[in-house]
Amino acid sequence: MVKLKVKDVEFSYASVPILKNVCIELAESEMLSVVGPNGAGKSTLLRCIDRILSPQKGCILLDERDIKKMSRMELAKKVGYIPQSTTSIFSATVFDVVLIGRRPHISWRSSEEDTEKVLEILQMLNIEEFAMRDINELSGGQQQKVFIACALSQEPDVLLLDEPTSNLDIRHQLEVMDIIKNIVIEKGIAAIMAIHDLNLAARYADRIIMMNSGKIFAAGNPASVLTPENIRHVYGVESEVMDKRGRPHIVPIRPVGKPLKLTV
Amino acid sequence: MKMASSAETKTGMEKRAEIKARYKKFIGRKIIFILSSLVLIFIIAGVAATLGSFPISVIAVYSIIWHGIPEIFHNAGFIMSHGFKEFYQTYFTTEEIIIWGLRLPRIIMGILAGIGLAIAGTTMQGVVRNPLASPYTLGIASAASFGATLAIILGAGFVTGKYIIIVNAFVFALLSSFIIYGLSRYKSATPETMILAGIALMYLFSAMTGILQYFGEAEAVKEVVFWMFGSLGRASWDKLSLMSVIIAFCIPLIMLKSWDLNALGVGDERAKSLGVNVEQTRIVCFVLASLVTAGIICFTGTIGFIGLVSPHMCRMVIGGDNRYLIPASGLFGAALLLGADTIARTIVAPVILPVGLITSFMGVPLFLYLIMRKRKEYW
Repeated sequence: MVKLKVKDVEFSYASVPILKNVCIELAESEMLSVVGPNGAGKSTLLRCIDRILSPQKGCILLDERDIKKMSRMELAKKVGYIPQSTTSIFSATVFDVVLIGRRPHISWRSSEEDTEKVLEILQMLNIEEFAMRDINELSGGQQQKVFIACALSQEPDVLLLDEPTSNLDIRHQLEVMDIIKNIVIEKGIAAIMAIHDLNLAARYADRIIMMNSGKIFAAGNPASVLTPENIRHVYGVESEVMDKRGRPHIVPIRPVGKPLKLTV
Repeated sequence: MKMASSAETKTGMEKRAEIKARYKKFIGRKIIFILSSLVLIFIIAGVAATLGSFPISVIAVYSIIWHGIPEIFHNAGFIMSHGFKEFYQTYFTTEEIIIWGLRLPRIIMGILAGIGLAIAGTTMQGVVRNPLASPYTLGIASAASFGATLAIILGAGFVTGKYIIIVNAFVFALLSSFIIYGLSRYKSATPETMILAGIALMYLFSAMTGILQYFGEAEAVKEVVFWMFGSLGRASWDKLSLMSVIIAFCIPLIMLKSWDLNALGVGDERAKSLGVNVEQTRIVCFVLASLVTAGIICFTGTIGFIGLVSPHMCRMVIGGDNRYLIPASGLFGAALLLGADTIARTIVAPVILPVGLITSFMGVPLFLYLIMRKRKEYW
C-alpha cells in the first residue's frame, strides 16, 4: 500500500531552484535511500516531506491526505525526522530527550504510559544503560541512537533520516543501520534516508533514488541504480561495481571530467 | 528481541524496573529541591523580618504575620475603601506596623523579584538556547535604564508625578523587546538574530544614557547610578500589587510552554518535527519573559546576576527539564535574592547597600565554585 506520495514537488530558496519535479512513492515497511552529491537536494527533500519547508509546487500525500492540510501536531504523530545537524543540546538526560519525542501525544503531564513507551524504546535500541546519563556525555554513535529513539517515541509511520551514519565509526554505522532496518521490518514503518555512503545504501535499502541538481536521476533497486555509468554521470567519479551477495559494492577509483549538471 | 528467551526477558524486565525506579527517584529529587527552596524562602524571610533598628524576635515575626492575615481578610472592606496603609496604621500595634508596613513589603518584593528574574532568565536561556543568556541579554536592562535616566535627568516621561521613573523604565524596557520582536518577525526568529539585535540595542541605549549623564547635573547622575544598582528599598504595597499582577499573569503562561521549551532544547528542526511551532514559541516566551523583567526592574532597578545564576545552579542539581526547572529556579532565585538583600542590610549596618551589588559579590564566587567543582559538562 502506498504510504507516502511525493508528486511533482518543486522547491526554491530565494528563486534558486533546489528541487524540480520530484516524484516518489513509498510503501509501508519500505526503506528508501536517497543518494546524490552534495547540494543535490536530499536534505531539502526530507525537510519538504516533514513540512519544515513548504514546496512552491506539487504536493505531498500521506495516506492520501495532503500534508499541507494537516496540523503540525497531526503530522508529528505520523512523520518523525532525524536531522543531520546536532546543534548543541541543553543538558538533558537520555530519558528526558526520548520523552520529548512524546510531545505530539502529551499536553502537559507525561503519563505512566509515556514512561513505559520510553522504556520500551530505550530497551529496543539497547541504550537503557545510558537512560539517566546526560546526553552530552555520550559518544556520537550513542547520541545518534538516542535521537532515533526520540523520533521513535513519536510513534511515526514514516521516518526521515538525514545522514544517520555520518561521523560514526564503522561499528556504530552498522548498528544504527541495523536498528533502522529492524524498525522498518518489525513496526512496518516506512523510512527515507539521505545517505552519502553508497555501500551502506546498497546494502540496506529496498530501493534507491539517485538525485542530481534537484532532480531524480535514477530510481530503482540498488543494482539498477548504482551502476558505474550513473555514478560517473552524477558524481563524476570512475568506479568499479562488484556484486556482493546480490547487492552492488562500489569501489570509487578516481574523479573524472566534470559531473553532469542537469539543466532545468 | 521478540524471540528472546524467558530468562533474558526477565532480566530485561528487571532492568526496566530499575531504570524506572531511578527515573522516579530523579523526579523525587527535583520535587524535594523545589520544596526545600520554599522552606528556605520562609526561613530567610523570617530572619530578614527581625533585622532592623527595632528588635523583634523570629517567633514574634511569624506570629505577627500569622495573625495579620485573618485580620486583613476580616477588614477587607475597610482596606478596599481606605487603602492598606490606612488599615494597618489604624488597626495594628507598633510592632505589627513595622512588620506589615515596613519590612514585609521589602521582603515580598525580594521574593517576587527573585522569582520573576530567575524565571525570565531560565526562559531566555531556553529561548535562545544559550547558557550566557539572562533576562538582560536582549537589551532590556539598558532600555529600562535609559527610560529611568530620561525621567531622572530631564524629568521627561510618559506620565508626570511620582511614578514617572517606573513608567518610563517599564515602557522603554518593553519598547526594546518589541523592537526585537519586530526584527525577528521580519527576519525569522533564530537565536542568533535575537542575540545580535539585543546586543545592538544594548549599545544604543547605553550610548543614549551616556549622553544624558554627560550633560546631567551631578546629583541627578548620582541618582541614575543608584537606580541602576538595583535595590529593594523602594518597596511598597501598591507597587507590589502591580508587580504581582504581571508575574501572576506571565509565569503560568511560561510554564505552560515548558514542553515546547524542552523541545527547542534539542534543536529547531527536531522541535518542528515534533509538532512544535518553533518561532511562535520563541517569540511568545521571549515576550512573556520581557514583560516579567520589565515589570520587576521598573520598580527595583536592574538587579543583576540572579537571572543568570539561579537557572544554572538549579540545572546543575535537577537537570534541564523545564517543567521542573522553571519553578525550581524561580523559588531558588527568590531565596538567593532575599538572602542577598539580608546581607546587604546587615553587612555595613546601619548603611544599607543596594542588593544589586551584593548579588554579584555573593553570586560570582559561588557560581565559579560550582562551575569548577562540576566535572561533567552539564550544559
